[in-house]
Amino acid sequence: MLAKKSSGKASSIKSKKKLSARFNPASDQSLLIYFGEKITIQANEQVRKLLHLLEAEPIAGVRNLHPAYCSLLVKFDPLKWRHEKLEKELRKYLVQLDKVRLPEPRHVEIPVCYGGEYGPDLNEVAALHKITPDQVVELHASASYLVYFLGFVPGFAYLGELPSELVTPRLAAPRKKVPAGSVGIAGNQTGVYPFETPGGWRLLGRTPLAMFREDREGLSLLSIGDRVRFVPIPRERFAELSRT
Amino acid sequence: MSTIEVLSPGLLTTVQDLGREGFGSMGVSPSGAADPIALRIGNRLVGNSEGAAGLEMTLLGGAFQFHRPCVGALTGSDFGATLDGETVLAWASFEAKPGQTLRLGPTRSGARCYLCVQGGIVAKQFLGSGSTHLLSGLGGHEGRSLRKGDVLKIGRLPEGEKKETGRKAGSTGTTRHPRKVPVTALKQFAPREVLRVTPGPQSNWFPRAAQKALYESAYLVSEETNRMGLRLEGPNIPGGAHGEMISEGVSLGAIQIAAGGLPIILFVEQQTTGGYAKIANVVAADLSSLGQLRPRDEIRFELVSFATARKLLIEQEKLLACPDLIV
Repeated sequence: MLAKKSSGKASSIKSKKKLSARFNPASDQSLLIYFGEKITIQANEQVRKLLHLLEAEPIAGVRNLHPAYCSLLVKFDPLKWRHEKLEKELRKYLVQLDKVRLPEPRHVEIPVCYGGEYGPDLNEVAALHKITPDQVVELHASASYLVYFLGFVPGFAYLGELPSELVTPRLAAPRKKVPAGSVGIAGNQTGVYPFETPGGWRLLGRTPLAMFREDREGLSLLSIGDRVRFVPIPRERFAELSRT
Repeated sequence: MSTIEVLSPGLLTTVQDLGREGFGSMGVSPSGAADPIALRIGNRLVGNSEGAAGLEMTLLGGAFQFHRPCVGALTGSDFGATLDGETVLAWASFEAKPGQTLRLGPTRSGARCYLCVQGGIVAKQFLGSGSTHLLSGLGGHEGRSLRKGDVLKIGRLPEGEKKETGRKAGSTGTTRHPRKVPVTALKQFAPREVLRVTPGPQSNWFPRAAQKALYESAYLVSEETNRMGLRLEGPNIPGGAHGEMISEGVSLGAIQIAAGGLPIILFVEQQTTGGYAKIANVVAADLSSLGQLRPRDEIRFELVSFATARKLLIEQEKLLACPDLIV
C-alpha cells in the first residue's frame, strides 16, 4: 500500500494533510478539486486515486473527469447536481483514498530519433545549457518519467520530471504546426505530440509510434500513471518502424 | 439504404451529434454540435431522437442531392436554402424527392446551420459518438469535413419512432403540413449577444480593472475562431499572468486570458487541460449562442450567480421539453 512507502516520515499529521482538498467551482456544470498547489508526485497520486475510485464507482450525473497534475475537474449534469451537494458526495470518496490501490504502472519504451529535421531545437537546447547535443539526448533518455495525466489533445501525456540539467522554458513564439510524433520539452516536463497541432515545446526528436490510434485497444499508447522511457534510435530504424 | 451526395461541401461542413462525454482522462474533448439546441430541435422536426447525427455547416452552406425520398429539416441560422430552386424554410421539416438538390448559400444570420434527416446520418461511432473531432481526425465522416463527392448514408427510423412523426418515412404522396417551430417559440432560443457568465476558477486573481474591462466593454469575435475556441478582440484584461499557473482541467465555455491579455472562450473541440487563468465561464444555457457567433460579431458579458445560471438552464430545458415547441 502506498502509505507504507512513505512510512519513514509519515506522521499522523502528514496523512491528515494528505486528505485536505480544496474545492472550487469552475463553471455552472463543473467543479475543481485541488490536492495542493504544487506539482508533486504525492498530489498527483491523490488525483489518480480519486480518478480510479470515481471510474470504479461512478456517481450518476457526473459526465466527465479531467485529471491534471494536482487537480481533478469534475463535469456534472447541472440539472442533477449543485456544487455544494456534489462536494459533499465527493468528500465521501476522499476519505476512502488511502485505501485505494493504484494498478501497477505499465512500463512503456518510446523509440525516438533525436536531432536533425526531427528535433529542430536539439542544438539550441544544448547551447542554452552549455552541453553537447549528445549529452542532451543522453540526459533525456536516462530518466524514467511518470505520466502525470493526459490532456490538451487526445493521447498527449504530460511526463515528468525532466533531469534538472534539461529544464528549459518553452518557445517564446509557439509553432503553428508541430508534426505528429514530435518529442518536446517545456519547463520540467516532456511529452510527445500525438497529432499535428500548434505547440510551444522545444522539439528534441520524433517517434515513429502512433500515440493515439482509433483501431487500437485503449486507443492511447500511454495512460495516466504509466512509466515511460525514451530509447534513442538511428534514422534507418525510424524509417523501418514508420513502415510497420 | 438511402443516401445523400455532397455536390459541394460549403466552407466547413461536418457530421455532428451531441458529442462524446466521459473521455477527458484520455485528453478527448466531447466535440458535438456547436449549437446543440439547433441540432436537437432539427432532429425532433424529422422525428429522430434529439441526439441523432446531422450536418453542421459553417458560414457558407453546401449543395446536397437526395438519392431517395427523404424528410429533412434545417435549423440554426438562415443560409438561404432552396430545394430545386424552391425556398426551404428554416425551423420546419421538408420532403425531398429522389434526385432533388438542396442548396445553401452564405449565412444571412449566425455562424451555423444544421441539416437533420429522418433516420439520421450514419456516422462511424468513435467512443460512443458520431461527432467529428477535426483536430485529431477522429469520428464523423472519415474524421474530416465533407468534400465534394462524399456519399453519406441515412439511417432508418425504428418503427415506433416513425409513428410519432405522424407520417411515413419517405412517403411521396400528399403529406401533412410540414412540422415547424412557431416564431414565438423560436424567439426564446434566439442567439444572445450578451452572454451570461459565472466566475471562473481564477477570477479572484484578476484585479478590479480586469473585471471592469470584461463586464463593461464590448468584444469582437476574431477571425481566428473555430470549434476549439473563440478568440476575442477588445480591451486587454490585466492580471492573467500570475506567475506560472499549473495546468488543470478546463471546462466548456471557460474564458481564459492568454499572455497577451485577450480572452479566448474554450469551445466544443476544446483542449481538455490548460495553463491559462480563467476569469469567467459562459453559463450552460448560453453555450448554444456561442455556436452562432461569427467573426466580427460583437458580444458583451454579464456576470450571474451559479443559482441564476442553474435557473436559466432549467427554464431552457423546460421550453425544449414543451410539446407545443413543434406544431
